[in-house]
Amino acid sequence: MSGQTALLADTTTRLLTDLVTKESVEAAEKGAWPHELWRALEEGGLTLPLVPESRGGAGGTWQDAHVVVRAAGRHTAPVPLAETIVAGWLLAGAGLEVPLGPLTMAPVRSEDRLRLSRAGGGWRLAGTAPRVPWGAAALHAVLVTESDGQAMVALAQTSAARVTADHNLAREPRDTLVFEDATVVAAAPAGVGVSMGSILLYGALVRSAQMAGALEGMLQQSVRYATERRQFGRAIGSFQAIQHALAALAGHAAAAGIAAEHAFRAADRGDPEFEVAVAKVRVGEAAGLGAGIAHQVHGAIGFTYEHSLHFWTRRLWSWRAEFGSESRWAAELGRAVATRGADALWPNLTAR
Amino acid sequence: MSVFHFALNDLPPEAQALRAEVREFLRATMAGRAPVRRARSWGGFDPEFSRQVGARGWIGMTWPKRYGGHERSFLERYVVMEEMLAAGAPVSAHWIADRQSGPLLLRFGTEAQRQRFLPAIAGGELAFAIGMSEPDTGSDLASIRTRATRVDGGYRVNGTKVWTSNAHRCQWAIALFRTEVVPDKKHEGLSQFLVDLRSPGITIRPIIDLTGAHHFNEVVFQDVLVPEDLRVGGEGDGWKQVTTELAFERSGPERYLSSLALLLELIRHVAKEPDERGAVAVGRLVAHLATLRQMSLSVAGMLQAGENPNLEAAVVKDVGTTFEQEIPEVVHGLLGLEPTIDGGSDLQQVLGYLVQTAPSFSLRGGTREVLRGIIARGLGLR
Repeated sequence: MSGQTALLADTTTRLLTDLVTKESVEAAEKGAWPHELWRALEEGGLTLPLVPESRGGAGGTWQDAHVVVRAAGRHTAPVPLAETIVAGWLLAGAGLEVPLGPLTMAPVRSEDRLRLSRAGGGWRLAGTAPRVPWGAAALHAVLVTESDGQAMVALAQTSAARVTADHNLAREPRDTLVFEDATVVAAAPAGVGVSMGSILLYGALVRSAQMAGALEGMLQQSVRYATERRQFGRAIGSFQAIQHALAALAGHAAAAGIAAEHAFRAADRGDPEFEVAVAKVRVGEAAGLGAGIAHQVHGAIGFTYEHSLHFWTRRLWSWRAEFGSESRWAAELGRAVATRGADALWPNLTAR
Repeated sequence: MSVFHFALNDLPPEAQALRAEVREFLRATMAGRAPVRRARSWGGFDPEFSRQVGARGWIGMTWPKRYGGHERSFLERYVVMEEMLAAGAPVSAHWIADRQSGPLLLRFGTEAQRQRFLPAIAGGELAFAIGMSEPDTGSDLASIRTRATRVDGGYRVNGTKVWTSNAHRCQWAIALFRTEVVPDKKHEGLSQFLVDLRSPGITIRPIIDLTGAHHFNEVVFQDVLVPEDLRVGGEGDGWKQVTTELAFERSGPERYLSSLALLLELIRHVAKEPDERGAVAVGRLVAHLATLRQMSLSVAGMLQAGENPNLEAAVVKDVGTTFEQEIPEVVHGLLGLEPTIDGGSDLQQVLGYLVQTAPSFSLRGGTREVLRGIIARGLGLR
C-alpha cells in the first residue's frame, strides 16, 4: 500500500469512527438520510476517488477506492459510498460530468435491461431496474445500456423514475426504478473496458471489500465481547472452544481481506474478471461462516436488535447475494478454468 | 487487539525470470510422472533429483556464498519452492535441510558446523531428519524426556524419538534432547544436537503409516555418544531454537498445495464432462487456492522484509490445511467415485492417496489446535 493510500485509509477511518454511530445507523434503517455523514465524506474527497481531479474527483486508483470502501464496510456506514465510487468511475470513463451528491447504478442484475434511445438532440430511457441500491436516496443513477450494439453510459435523475421502495436485510434501500421514456441528463459511449457486465463485475468488486471490512469489524467486536463477557467465573474468551472459533473467524477475515484487495489491484490493471470472481466467492463464503461464528460467540444478546452485532451480520447476509452470489461467480470461474484446462491453472495463477 | 494484516506482495522481476527456469527444469526431469506420484509431492524422497536441484543452485538459495549458498532473496527461494510443490516434485531429500536444518545452523551453529554441513546441504547431497516428537510427547513438545547426559568430550544420549520422517534414508538428524531437568520449568534444560544416525547405539525401526508406506521411524538411542562440538548453540538454548525452526517450517508455501494434484484431476474431469455442479465446485476451490497463494506470498514478503510472521504463518497453515483436506471431500461429494490404490483412473488413484493422507495435513508441523491457540494469543485471548 502506498503512503498516500495509507493516509487515505486513516482519514476515512477517523471520519467514520466519529460519524457512524449506533444511533445514526439505526436512524438510517428507519429511512433518515445521514446528511452530516455524506457531507463529510464529500468534503473529505472520499466519494469520487476514481474521477479525475479536473472533474472534481480525487484522481486516485482502485487501490485508493479499496481502503475507502473497506472502511465503509467495517463501520457499516449507511450511505451509498461504494455505489457512488463505481458510478463516478463509469461517468468519468465515458467523459461525462459527475454531479455532486450520492449516486447509484443500474441495472444490477444481469437479466435486467434498460433501453436508451435518441430523442431529438438528447436521449430517452425506458425499462425497469429492480433492487437498485439506495434507489431514490441517490440523487442520480448511472445506467449502462446498449445502443446500436455499443455499450452506453447514461446519467439520469432518480426523480425521473417511478420508484417502488424496498430494502435488503440490513434495511438499506433496494428500490425498483421504472423509467418510462424518461429524460436523461447525459449519455455517451462507455469508456475503455466497460461493457454490459461492468456493473455486475465492479459491483461484486466493491461488495467484496465492504464484506471484508465488515468481517474485520465483526471480528474485533467478537474478540472484545469474548474478553468482557464472563461465565463460570471467567471471561468466555479464556475457553479453548471460544478461542478456536475466533481463530477460525480470524482466518476467514484474513482470507477475505487479501482476496478483496487483490481484486482491486487487478482493477487498476484493467482486467479484474478472475480476481473479482475469486474475491466474491471467497469473501462471500467467509461472510456466511464468519457471521455464524460471531453470533455463536455472542450468544443470545447478539440476537437482539439492541446489540449492534446485527449491523454487520445482516449486511453480510445481503451483500453476499448481491451482484452475483458465490455459486454464480464460482460457476463462471469454474467454466473459465475448465476451458483453459488443468495444465493452464498454475501458470495462469502465477502470472497474475 | 489486532486484525492480522496480510499485505499484498509482488514478486520482483528476477523471481519471475527464475520461475521460467524452474519450470523448464521440472518439465525435463518430471516428464511422464504419473499424477499419483506427483500427489506424493513432498513425501517423495529422491536423492538424485535433490542433487540436480542442488547443482542448479536452488538449495540454500538465501545463504552466504562462503557456505555454499547463493545469496539470493527469500522471494526467489519462494518461487522455486512453489513451482516444485505445484509440480509435485519429490523434494523431501533436500528441503527439510533447506528449510529448517540449514537455517538453524546458520543462525545458531558454530563456524565449524556451518563449514562442515552447509555446503553439502546446498549441494543436495545431505539429507536431514528432525528428532522432536517422542512416544509421550506430541503437541506438548517441551515435555520430551530423551536425556543427554554430560560425559567426557560430549554427551551420552538415552531415549526414543518417533515420527522421525526419513530417518532410515538420512545420514544426519538434528534432535532435541533434555540436557538438564529443571523442576517446574520444562522449557529450560533443552538442547539441540547434530546426530550422525549411524552412531553406535542408534536403532531405527519403521513406523508404517495407514497407507502402508514407510516414511516415519522410531529412533531409539541407547548410550549414544554425541561429541560436544555437535551441540547446536548453547546448552539450554534448545527451546528458543525449535520455536524459531517451527516458524520456518510453518511459513512455507507447502501449507496449501498438498492436494493440488487432485484439484487438477478434478478440472480435467470437469473439462471433459462440463456441468453446473462441476463448474461451481471447481470455481470455489480455485477461489480458495488463489486466495491462499496471495496469503502465502504475503508471508514470504514479511520474511523478505525481516519481519516475524509467526502469527500470519499460523493463519495460513490453519486456513490452508482446511482447504487441502476439503478437496478430497468435494471430489467425493461431486463424483462419488471409488478411491483406488492401483487400478482405476488417475483421478481415482490420486483421490485414493489423498483421502487417506489428508488427516495428516492438520497434524504435521503443529496441529490445528496448536495453531488456533497461537492465533488466539495473537488476538489477545490468551
